Amino acid sequence: MHPVRRQRLWVVLSIVIFSTAAIGLVVYALRGNINLFYPPIEVASGAAPLDTPIRVGGMVVDGSVKRADDSLEVSFMVTDYQATVPVVYTGILPDLFAEGEGVVASGRLDASGTLQADEVLAKHDENYMPPEVAEALENSAAKGVTP
Amino acid sequence: MYFPGPSFERSETPSIIAAAMWTFFHKLGSPPWLYTISGQILRWLLPAALLALVVGMCWGLLFTAPDFRQGNSYRIIYIHVPAAVVALGGYYIMAIAGAISLIWKMKMADIAMLAAAPVGAALTFIALVTGSIWGKPTWGTWWVWDARITSMLILLFLYLGVMALYEAYDNKVAASRACAVLALVGTVNIPIIYKSVDWWYSLHQPASIKFTGGSTIDPSMLYPLLLCIVAFYALFACALMANMRVTILDRERRTGWVRRLVEES
Repeated sequence: MHPVRRQRLWVVLSIVIFSTAAIGLVVYALRGNINLFYPPIEVASGAAPLDTPIRVGGMVVDGSVKRADDSLEVSFMVTDYQATVPVVYTGILPDLFAEGEGVVASGRLDASGTLQADEVLAKHDENYMPPEVAEALENSAAKGVTP
Repeated sequence: MYFPGPSFERSETPSIIAAAMWTFFHKLGSPPWLYTISGQILRWLLPAALLALVVGMCWGLLFTAPDFRQGNSYRIIYIHVPAAVVALGGYYIMAIAGAISLIWKMKMADIAMLAAAPVGAALTFIALVTGSIWGKPTWGTWWVWDARITSMLILLFLYLGVMALYEAYDNKVAASRACAVLALVGTVNIPIIYKSVDWWYSLHQPASIKFTGGSTIDPSMLYPLLLCIVAFYALFACALMANMRVTILDRERRTGWVRRLVEES
């Protein structure tokens, strides 16, 4: 390769390497702010601030969803299988909200450690399958057969 | 037509393969050759790409089962995922073309870089809009500032930035050099987009198609999706070449071969 071109190749490589390093360090430094939500374990350990707008994400605990009879108020528990956070929300839940499924709730933590949510989003997972396949998987799981 | 022959500057072992590669590389730098060969490729690639798109879309939209949780709304995957995948891949094509144009001062690489930007911007825009339309019924919101969505928005601004930067200069040689540097700096965003859902807590789900291990999308849904991705890649190549051909004709409009081409048609 011609020396001039070889030199330009090094310039191009150093542009890519140094900009990657610089932006990588910025992203690493800001990693706490890039996370969309706190997992319940961080809420339990006190890492999440009280009475500040935050988001908490995790799985809705099976059997924890309780709806009020006279209003749209609903309460449920969010878990990451290490800790749980109670959530209270008044409003319409997204269609894909269900027990045992992912959810991201935004709101403020009150003194008792309950998240007073003003928005609840369903977090969809990466599993895509036809209903028959899901049914077959459920049946085999019920029989104790691992797919 | 003049094709510069293979050159073996400082190369100790000139083999036949290296010679063929250098000839090809030098031919790529020749506007009339590139114009002719891209015309021949487009003649069969464009119909093939459109056929693959129609088959893939019909297969995905009409002949696959609905998802067990999302129902029919998951079918937007057949537009959203191919557009996003090719928007990411297209950025590398733009950046590599930019690097070649910086190192070898090759005008055709320069044209390829500038031709990729609007196509990539359109694909990124499609991915953002379809994601938003899917997000409303699935998540319950049109937009959320999570890592995947925000980095994808930055990708759109990078593509638009390359286009705007080129127009901002009167000196087009300086313009394409600045565009190439911007494109190279922006490459850091591509792995960030790709890994964002694994590195940080985000609302966007992790990838369903995995290169290692089993994919978490049922094969009956995966095959039409893969066909759509191939079709989008082929369409990207077609749009890139069509874009380049227009720019080649415009830049070479005073040369003999373009005049002859106009007289012939």
